[in-house]
Amino acid sequence: MGKTIAEKIFKTHLVDEPFGDVNVLKLDMVFCHEITTPTAIQDLVNRGKDRVFDPKKIKAVIDHVTPAKDSKTAMQGKILREWAKRHGIKDFFDIGQNGVCHAIFPEKGFVRPGFTIIMGDSHTCTHGAFGAFAAGVGTTDLEVGILKGVCTFKTPQTYKIEIVGTLSKGVFAKDIILKVIKELTVNGATNMVIEFRGNIVDEMNMDQRMTLSNMAVEAGATSGICLPDMTTVDYLWKFIKDDYSSRQEALEVFSRFRSDDDAVYTKLKTIDVSDLVPLTTFGYKPDNVKSVSQMKEIRLDQVYIGSCTNGRLEDLRIAAKVLKGHTISKHIRGIVSPATPKIFSQAMKEGILKIFMDSGFCVTNPTCGACLGMSNGVLADSEVAAATTNRNFNGRMGKGGMVHLMSPATAAASAIKGEISNSNLYCE
Amino acid sequence: MKEFKGKILFLDRSDINTDEIIPAKYLTEIEKTAMKPHLLEDLKLDGFDSGIDIKDKAIIVTRENFGCGSSREHAPWALEENGIAVVIAPSFARIFRQNMYNCGMLAIELSQDRINTIFNEFGKATAQISVDIEASEIVIQSKDQIKTIEFKISEFDKTLIQTGGWVEYADMHY
Ligand code: SF4
Repeated sequence: MGKTIAEKIFKTHLVDEPFGDVNVLKLDMVFCHEITTPTAIQDLVNRGKDRVFDPKKIKAVIDHVTPAKDSKTAMQGKILREWAKRHGIKDFFDIGQNGVCHAIFPEKGFVRPGFTIIMGDSHTCTHGAFGAFAAGVGTTDLEVGILKGVCTFKTPQTYKIEIVGTLSKGVFAKDIILKVIKELTVNGATNMVIEFRGNIVDEMNMDQRMTLSNMAVEAGATSGICLPDMTTVDYLWKFIKDDYSSRQEALEVFSRFRSDDDAVYTKLKTIDVSDLVPLTTFGYKPDNVKSVSQMKEIRLDQVYIGSCTNGRLEDLRIAAKVLKGHTISKHIRGIVSPATPKIFSQAMKEGILKIFMDSGFCVTNPTCGACLGMSNGVLADSEVAAATTNRNFNGRMGKGGMVHLMSPATAAASAIKGEISNSNLYCE
Repeated sequence: MKEFKGKILFLDRSDINTDEIIPAKYLTEIEKTAMKPHLLEDLKLDGFDSGIDIKDKAIIVTRENFGCGSSREHAPWALEENGIAVVIAPSFARIFRQNMYNCGMLAIELSQDRINTIFNEFGKATAQISVDIEASEIVIQSKDQIKTIEFKISEFDKTLIQTGGWVEYADMHY
């Protein structure tokens, strides 16, 4: 009987099975940010266990609120900074070098096919785009990850989702994942790993695959995995070229993790995206999804382009293409946050930031910022935002605010119009 | 080990997410005690008033997919700080459920039917639950009736609760 990629990763990382369906896995990476890690550090200190299992396998960033907005967030940064220093964690990204965790860690080459990764952040599933088993955990699991380099998971059940067909112009990975979440609902994949397959996924670049994997958790999934292929190898090549004699050899090694043809899946679904149109959310749950054209006269106060879902270079390029030569509506506050310094400077080089600024957008430093309503564009009561982020929960961007999730193209077009609308890239 | 006993807080809605349990703006707090006044303050639920309804409650009975969304362990902490150590629902989001056991708290899954029964028979009254982990039983009691319901708890979860959580267990074993 064949195995899925998740089963193969579990098998190669299994340390112990102390009880029934409990797999204690060895971790290849533990990622940390300044919101959930300080409480873990504090607790370890209180227990007299202020240790780390391997400073090279721990990566840390200050990204959620940066620069610090008040004394409390300054203290969170300070705790993380001092901890990284005290334990010799070299890959620690502070102001000037920092960006949104799920964008900067892959960009630095920290993710590999077949890796096990945890982080105290629910969108850790993003790294599954590289063929890794990456999962968000709470503070206690994070603590144990930091201390011992292990984490427990149930044996993975896999939901195979084949995305097939041909995509229309102006329809993007974000629209696809919104469609997937709509079909699965917010708990349709709870306790399962989603394996994204099909010709559409094969044709995607890594940025697009990350957008897909990023939102797997919005359907309840533990991780959202794409199989490693030549696209993965090409992305990683500059980091791995000393380890393999050729790209082909790297591909062969990574391919050992690919699911077997006769692997057994708990659930299967095929989604043909040939007729897919640009989508957006309309309520407080990410499975409340409608086509953009059904959203009539939804007046907006703010448009936010950024986050670990859609703050990457390609996202900014697409939004800029829509914005070029236009100015955003007078009543719109446009905010763009390139997800990492590298993306920021490349966007500057390509003239993308100028297009944003000329259209009336405010360009901010790389940060999570408004995505979780902590800084950089928090909404006032009853305000409405269009955002390229991943969560539209009640109060997510500020108490009493409403968030509509959408692709960067739709967000840019909506900023111009002042209400939710399709982009000119989309041909109906 | 904690006491798993007390009055029920009924939350008759599915998909209650961690932003509703504890809003992100309180994530800047390092001390768990700071969560206490803010539990469920953003919850949208007809007739629910977090300022009044949480008081004296020790157990939540709710609907599907409780605790979805962010991984924040601040959600169980906010419950714990308010003396709530048990949540009973048809299903939980994975991370939330794990966080509960990791903190030595109980997330009990019962079938949809059982949950409906508890809502129907006890939802309007002042009811109490006590949980017996060894016997894997919960006993629900109101003024005029008493009901015993079995639940499943894995050996691992039981061990976590009895040894005081995953940090101690893992440091001992790995
Ligand atoms: S950008 Fe938003 S969703 Fe992504 S890690 Fe930051 S806060 Fe979380």
